[in-house]
Amino acid sequence: MAGENTFVINGNELAFEPGETILDVARRNDIDIPTLCHLKSAMPTGICRMCVVEVEGATQLLASCATPAAAGMVVQTESSAVVEARKMIIRLMLSSGNHNCAVRGHAGDDWTSFQLQVMQADGADELCPVWGDCRLQDLAYRYQVSSEPELETPVPYPMETVNPFIVRDFSRCILCGRCVQACNDVQVNEAIEFGYRSAATKIVTGPEDRPLKNSDCVFCGECVQVCPVGALVLKNVRYEARPWETEKVRTTCTYCGVGCQMWLHVKENRIEQVTGVEESAPNHGSLCVKGRFGYDFVGDENRLTAPLIKEGGTFREATWEEALDLVAKKLGQVKNDHGGDAIGMLTSARITNEENYVANKFARAVLKTNNIDHCARL
Amino acid sequence: MTNTIADIGDAEVILVTGSNTTENHPVLSSFVKRAVKFKGAKLIVVDPRRIKMTEFANLWIRPRLGTDVAWINGLMNVILHENLHDEDFIEKRTEEFGTLRKVVEKYTPEHVEEITGIPAESLKEAARTFAAAKKGSILYCMGITQHTTGTDNVKSLANLSMLCGFLGMEGGGVNPLRGQNNVQGACDMGGLPNVFPAYLPVIDKAVSARFVEAWGVTSLSTKPGLTVTKMFPAAHDGTLKAMYIIGENPMVSDADLNHVEECLKHLDFLVVQDIFLTETAQMADVVLPSRCFAEKEGTFTNSERRVQRVRKAVEPPGQAHYDWEILCDVANRMGYPMSYADSEAVFEEIRKVTPSYAGITYERIEGEGIHWPCPNEEHPGTPILHREMFTRGKGLFHAIEYVAPAEQVDEDYPLYLTTGRVLYHYHTGTMTMKSEGLNEIAPEGFVEIADEDAQRLGIADGDTVSVASRRGKVTARAQISEKAVSGTVFMPFHYAQAAANKLTNAALDPVCGIPEFKVCAVKLEKRAA
Repeated sequence: MAGENTFVINGNELAFEPGETILDVARRNDIDIPTLCHLKSAMPTGICRMCVVEVEGATQLLASCATPAAAGMVVQTESSAVVEARKMIIRLMLSSGNHNCAVRGHAGDDWTSFQLQVMQADGADELCPVWGDCRLQDLAYRYQVSSEPELETPVPYPMETVNPFIVRDFSRCILCGRCVQACNDVQVNEAIEFGYRSAATKIVTGPEDRPLKNSDCVFCGECVQVCPVGALVLKNVRYEARPWETEKVRTTCTYCGVGCQMWLHVKENRIEQVTGVEESAPNHGSLCVKGRFGYDFVGDENRLTAPLIKEGGTFREATWEEALDLVAKKLGQVKNDHGGDAIGMLTSARITNEENYVANKFARAVLKTNNIDHCARL
Repeated sequence: MTNTIADIGDAEVILVTGSNTTENHPVLSSFVKRAVKFKGAKLIVVDPRRIKMTEFANLWIRPRLGTDVAWINGLMNVILHENLHDEDFIEKRTEEFGTLRKVVEKYTPEHVEEITGIPAESLKEAARTFAAAKKGSILYCMGITQHTTGTDNVKSLANLSMLCGFLGMEGGGVNPLRGQNNVQGACDMGGLPNVFPAYLPVIDKAVSARFVEAWGVTSLSTKPGLTVTKMFPAAHDGTLKAMYIIGENPMVSDADLNHVEECLKHLDFLVVQDIFLTETAQMADVVLPSRCFAEKEGTFTNSERRVQRVRKAVEPPGQAHYDWEILCDVANRMGYPMSYADSEAVFEEIRKVTPSYAGITYERIEGEGIHWPCPNEEHPGTPILHREMFTRGKGLFHAIEYVAPAEQVDEDYPLYLTTGRVLYHYHTGTMTMKSEGLNEIAPEGFVEIADEDAQRLGIADGDTVSVASRRGKVTARAQISEKAVSGTVFMPFHYAQAAANKLTNAALDPVCGIPEFKVCAVKLEKRAA
């Protein structure tokens, strides 16, 4: 029953909408085609060719992210030709830089000399900072690839660490271009692009190739979030927290009114990292510099930890009992002597709906005044 | 917002005014930039500063500070003159069109040019671009509202949108961008002097009776209370004796700070509930430690009226408590029993008294938030307001005349000052200034000045200058910038050390009581090194 808008993937006949790519249809039907450079919400570039598939009648393998589904097409996503091609791509990528995870191959019996050399370059006593959180590593395991040391290429550009937020490690960059798309097509900050080209290709901030902090970069960190390898890493998280050590809690950002959905990555009661929730409105994974990097206040040593009562012009710590008794007594006195309208309450655009509701009830039902407002005007 | 954030992507034309979107709502700004770059939407930016957004704009028009009613009336004048208005929409869905038309007649492009400095031709082009589209979205922020004519400015934008029939449709709407995470929710929950939750008026006897019953009290005041901007003068003259301030730092965020400090000193009793010992908390008699967002369960309501979950990720420091918990503890001591098992129990009570939230449950918003109004549990929520009719039935045109800002430049104070935020900091900096990285990139206050003005005053980039208004004086480093246009300087208000709000004017909008943060007159002097 081959319909007008159907084609076959791995023996299953599937419907497609005009304009859909092979990858789109496969994803919609839970058929797993691995990708590296593909970035949802941006135009496919077909750079990495990880998503190649075999199409009957085609003279070569086709990138499924950039090939429109067509009626009658017959596609294989894991044929031996496809698997061989993917293995080759992974092998080349692994050989292209400091991919010092355990999947990295070695010459003869000397597995460690490469690892040690890279650890020295990293100034670290651990393997790659994104070990366990790396798309390339996952694919190397999936296809059982280790690199060929004789293909080893020199590291062309030094690591950039001069800004407070993002480490750019060109030795681990596979030039997939996801960061370039995140910057230009998603956040539209237009700070980075491909530069130099051919063997010297590098992601640059413009013709002058300046560091991020002297460029148009606004440190939204979208590039770090989409980087599938360890080329873009958060400076403060590098070697501090591995993904299996942290617990992720979803919440809503506390800064502006956009209400971005975010994951707080917590280790030992500390927020180590913040990432955007990709599958949810309103932000679909995007955050800004405040949302992504402005969370240190939570664990700051100057947080208030106990009630304070002022005596003789200075504060002393008090128990909750004591402080609450005093507040209730003083407010009660003013209410009795001068009426509730002698008290003013400022609730807050920073606290939850539940708390604002209770504040509104407290002012009106307990203090007996409508003198309640907040900073909407400020 | 009448519409959603994602909906911006459906607009054919986007008018951004009084919003430095890329710095204050960066993630939302990317929706605008994508619409322009990939979907061919036209962007009109109306702003006194050459903000980043102007680089994406088809048209940037620059009004003199505080002349918004004039240029908006001017746009409507051109639209009417050239018959670009939506007659069908006006006929079916609005009232008082004739009154509007009469007032707008005077605001010819030439007359508007005199008031605003916007070339008549630019105004005409903007009007044609806006009205020619089938769907047009208006985005605005504090640059529109923080004026003595703030209410008029907002009503004027509503006029413009109705005139083109852009309300109640995808890709349209009048969309205020909320600057604080839960300013929408604080308003929804009755954190306002004249309304209960869901904007039910306190003066309405029937409404009041419902809350008397719901809250188990004998009576509730039907007299509207004081706005924040009226509370401080009331403290000063002694009618307000005590204040209870939660999570606010008026000692940095309010206009005319020297006066705010005087007012707070006059109080008999001040209690401040916050996460840090802020400038305001330091003036308190009692300070109560509360949990921050990452230590709480609850909900925030974003700018597009989407109610979203907040979840506890870490334990609070020391003895910090939930804000609602503390209030219940005080209420119980004052003889009014109030207790809840948890935040969800509070939310369940909210649903009972807030019709627009009645259909929202924690369970329903577990994965994705819901836009209010959502009257029952089967209701999907309301992404776009005013689809079939307005809240009052028909949309009311307001005929509004231009009124000049409260303070004008003169010989003594020859420059205009406008204030705002920078990308890397937030409000009074109590949170962002705890991050070293943010401080490294944006370490201190500054005064942004146009090259032309700097040269005239003999000021070089990086010089320390004093900035003085009739109310106070601060020092800051001069930053010569292409963003500034001659005659107007800009200062961020984040920094207590160079507090822009020592300079700003506390003159208020007569309707909503918002201060005129965006316009005051100042003078600049280079300080000896």
